[in-house]
Amino acid sequence: MQDLLQQLLNGLSQGSIYALIAVGYTMIYGIIQLINFAHGDVIMVGAYVALGAALMGFGFIPSLILAMITCAILGVVIERVAYRKVRPVSRLAALTSAIGVSLFLQYTMMYFLGADIRSFPADILPERTYTLGGVIVTNKDLLVLGTTLVLVIILQFIIFRTRTGKAMRAVSFDGQAAQLMGINVNYTVAFTFFIGSAMAAAAGMLYGICFNVQPLMGLMPGLKAFIAAVLGGIGSVPGAMLGGILLGMTESLVAAFGGSMYRDAVAFIILILILLIRPTGLLGKGVQEKV
Amino acid sequence: MQKKHLSVLIICLALGALFAIVQVGISNGMISGYWVTNLFLMGINIILAASLNLINGFTGEFSLGHAGFMAVGAYAGGVITTNLGLPFPLAIVVGMLAAAVAGVLVGLPTLRLRGDYLAIATLGFGEIVRVVLMNIDYVGGASGLKDIPDVVNWPIIFVSVVLSLLLIKNFVRSSHGRACLAVRENDLAAQMMGVNITYYKVLAFVVGAALAGLAGVLYAHYYTIIQPKEFSFLLTFDVLVMVMVGGLGSLTGSVVGAVLLTTASAFLQAIPELRMVIYALLLIISAIFRPQGLLGEKEVTLRTFQKLGGVFNATSGSKQTQ
Repeated sequence: MQDLLQQLLNGLSQGSIYALIAVGYTMIYGIIQLINFAHGDVIMVGAYVALGAALMGFGFIPSLILAMITCAILGVVIERVAYRKVRPVSRLAALTSAIGVSLFLQYTMMYFLGADIRSFPADILPERTYTLGGVIVTNKDLLVLGTTLVLVIILQFIIFRTRTGKAMRAVSFDGQAAQLMGINVNYTVAFTFFIGSAMAAAAGMLYGICFNVQPLMGLMPGLKAFIAAVLGGIGSVPGAMLGGILLGMTESLVAAFGGSMYRDAVAFIILILILLIRPTGLLGKGVQEKV
Repeated sequence: MQKKHLSVLIICLALGALFAIVQVGISNGMISGYWVTNLFLMGINIILAASLNLINGFTGEFSLGHAGFMAVGAYAGGVITTNLGLPFPLAIVVGMLAAAVAGVLVGLPTLRLRGDYLAIATLGFGEIVRVVLMNIDYVGGASGLKDIPDVVNWPIIFVSVVLSLLLIKNFVRSSHGRACLAVRENDLAAQMMGVNITYYKVLAFVVGAALAGLAGVLYAHYYTIIQPKEFSFLLTFDVLVMVMVGGLGSLTGSVVGAVLLTTASAFLQAIPELRMVIYALLLIISAIFRPQGLLGEKEVTLRTFQKLGGVFNATSGSKQTQ
């Protein structure tokens, strides 16, 4: 029983990182129907920026903010350069472009910084552990959960309480109609990339603190986060949260009580099952087919 | 009729000449070992790109499971020749059949999905295949299947490529192919006209998967060692990019895309640290400036050359005959 709780807690912490990434995926997919394959690599860039800041002696919060701002700008630049012209022409071309951006970020980083695996300095977060009814809680877990919670609350506020958030919801509902109502669609899409990439940077830093930093680190969490977004219902922010946490917990349970070798396959099996049983995801809205 | 025979004759002669030149080049060492490897890889890539185009371009189903189908074919073929010691032709048959069966297994349940959902589901299938192969000790687990007999030579590659292209071309031009095109253009309308859309989607999937399996068998028996990690979704992306650069829905486009990107990749090997950066930039640039691919949906045929010749004749002032 204690084992189970421990695994669930580990999964919760891993899952909330997935959730942060999935939120960005789901927002971007919701607004322009593009699987932004470069999203995973924005995580990696965020992790490197945060690592650089931490090595220069910045504390946790300043490094986090620096990484988020850098990646937010990077996200806007990616959208402007690689997607804006291609998006209306063909979705497949946009996808090719996204794959190109993803490879570009990975290998440019590798070219400049090498493929070495790096880790955050230990003093950014002196390891402390608490025991809670037999379950070991580290301050890393608390940090990950706390950061995720704060960021998601800010995100919910932006989406539901500001004018830009209203515009985002309108564009994702119907881009053309939104444009007719005088909403600046390009600006709104850019803003979505801004927010989504900032979230990804935060996830990158947390992931880097929990594990390590290297140029291809974004690949698997990126893919998993997309699965989390589909699981929760693509386009839905609470869905992405739920999906991320469920996925994290399932993975850590499978790793603990079954084959850890099958850890990566589980996510995809969940994905195929959810697509077959409930293609709109747990919290997604169904779309009626029209002629 | 006479004209048609003539064009078939011209194509056969051209192919024969290509085959002979390369064969002579290989046997007297004019083509270096490095380029021979890339030439073989090019052939395998052409089969992969053309078969993915059959699914993604002609039928309009966005599949990202090609690496998975290729892995199934490669491992099935490898088991036949390496673990069981049976002859290579049997490996080809079994590899293609195994991949086709995988195509049906993936195709039937997932083809209810559309667009991006199908893409992600098939990508998931590919990754599952990879993880499962990694955990089967009979085929070497994570370290891979080794000591596969080295039997693939230029005639085998060449004939495989030509037959695959011929198969796809004839398929697309048959009534089945027209049904697939109808499904791509508007599956609801196609269904109204009595096209069994599930059947045709699965059919395209199965043919595409079987050819990817063939490519896998050839790959395994050329490199003599295969590892599960080679068949990750990055391989599918490579093939997808060839299809996209050449032109979605253009068979000759796939050939052009595969040849161009394999050549580019081979030249870029000289600067390994910048290779992928330049490759990535090429992708982005081609997506921005030529989103429909180099050929779009057009095909390069003998008539294209005739027209080019016509333009050339007209500009050089000579009278156009015909």
